[in-house]
Amino acid sequence: MQLPKSSKQFFSEAGAISRFTAWFFHEAFRPRYEWKEFGRQCYEIGYKSLPLIALTGFIMGLVLTMQLRPSMLEYGVEAKLPDIVSLSVVREIGPVITALIFAGKVGSGIGAELGSMKVTEQIDAMEVSGTNPYKYLVVTRVAATTLMLPVLVVLSDAISLYGGYLGVNIKAVTSWDLYMTQVYNTLQFSDVLPAIIKTFLFGFAVGMVGCYKGYHSKKGTEGVGRSANSAVVLSSVIIFIIDLIVVQVTDIFGFN
Amino acid sequence: MEQQLTYPNENVISIRGLKKYFGENKVLDGFDLDLGKKENLVVLGRSGSGKSVLIKCIIGLLAPDSGQIEVFGKDILSLDHQALDEMRIRIGFLFQSNALYDSMTVRENLEFPMRRHSIDLNEEDARQRIEEVLDNVGLSHTIDMMPSELSGGMMKRIALARTMILKPDIILYDEPTAGLDPVTGKEIITLIMDIRQKYNTAAIIISHDMKCVKATADKIILLQNGKNYKEGNYASFIGSDDPYVQQFFE
Ligand SMILES: Nc1ncnc2c1ncn2[C@@H]1O[C@H](COP(=O)(O)OP(=O)(O)OP(=O)(O)O)[C@@H](O)[C@H]1O
Ligand SMILES: [Mg+2]
Repeated sequence: MQLPKSSKQFFSEAGAISRFTAWFFHEAFRPRYEWKEFGRQCYEIGYKSLPLIALTGFIMGLVLTMQLRPSMLEYGVEAKLPDIVSLSVVREIGPVITALIFAGKVGSGIGAELGSMKVTEQIDAMEVSGTNPYKYLVVTRVAATTLMLPVLVVLSDAISLYGGYLGVNIKAVTSWDLYMTQVYNTLQFSDVLPAIIKTFLFGFAVGMVGCYKGYHSKKGTEGVGRSANSAVVLSSVIIFIIDLIVVQVTDIFGFN
Repeated sequence: MEQQLTYPNENVISIRGLKKYFGENKVLDGFDLDLGKKENLVVLGRSGSGKSVLIKCIIGLLAPDSGQIEVFGKDILSLDHQALDEMRIRIGFLFQSNALYDSMTVRENLEFPMRRHSIDLNEEDARQRIEEVLDNVGLSHTIDMMPSELSGGMMKRIALARTMILKPDIILYDEPTAGLDPVTGKEIITLIMDIRQKYNTAAIIISHDMKCVKATADKIILLQNGKNYKEGNYASFIGSDDPYVQQFFE
């Protein structure tokens, strides 16, 4: 049986990404460790994404609250607004939206940076200068995205909840204390934990896909652009797939 | 099968029957080369004939499918990781696209090979070396600039400085004058000749710039269809009545 060309391409790409990912576990846990470059990447990837993540998180919480109010009013459960907002932000919207924005900003950046390093032979130059480029470039970036995205999501969640508080106060009055008591009473450990765990996976996926696309960039500026672009597209799709899987798994373990 | 090679006048690089295929594309198909001490060897060939692939095989960036590559009498393909790194300290590589790290300043670019290779150099010596190579290429004032602030010719010279910083015994130049105006090209040629004078390096120079070939070549190899099409000195090439050879000199 002959596979159609596009599905053949799909499977060979999937295989190549798997091998590229497996290589991460081969290289990440043996010396030499590139701490300095890792620190620099955490700063570049984490700290420099803060303003964007904070802004979008704030708007997300505010808008979500404003959108939900009419329906809540209709059913006469307006008082439950903080509950529903905090649940949807922490369990789903915060992690996924933040990860998607992160993919757009950081994933494309990594894809373009490594892509241009590839086509201008900087990766080759590193290799002949006594450096393992996979360790130096890929391991540090993937480790940084994996650790920084959860931090960003927690911050974004917090800012979203504040946005939600303002949203509630636009047409009604509630105190910060009352709002937060309601939020804390609603949120269970089983809401927070799976949501945090999946952000590590999202971060890993964004870093890995960005690096893979950059590392396998085709020659020329068009190739670099395409790497950046397909890094965003593919990591966004993978974020949703991971989300779907995590929901199923937490469901099986009764975290719901 | 162990094959004993002989080294007339102690060649620093000796290649026999080198083959490298990319799928159907037989880029190198039985290529031979000998580089003597202090010799400047030019490899000539059309675009896409595999010149870059050849020197990337020499430095171990690409693994050939078969054939032998000996550098300083050691088979490069049998070296383990550490031995290969040690070998690479002795081989400079000037990349066709310069390969300057664009997230680093000129100083950091020059420091990179010194810091990363396990060589004993204290801060003071390292600083002196940076000043020395920058002075050699006449760009001392650019030390704190980013590569994006440099012109093409300046980038080439910084790349050349970085290639020299570990004082290699062999330098592999991948099209050192391509894409430069004739004046800048001439400057680069002068630098290449100065480096040989100063540090006694042997070099493989890939080029189709005839000015560069004429000025630098002790010997020329024309690479065609993955094999040695013709070998000889500049005079024998320019005097050749082979129409294919003549095309390069028109
Ligand atoms: N990593 C690779 N994978 C597949 N094919 C490759 C790879 N590297 C080089 N090639 C192919 O090998 C051939 C020779 O490439 P190479 O870069 O050595 O050419 P070149 O002689 O240096 O040409 P130019 O003068 O344009 O630099 C080309 O056909 C190229 O497509
Ligand atoms: Mg080339």
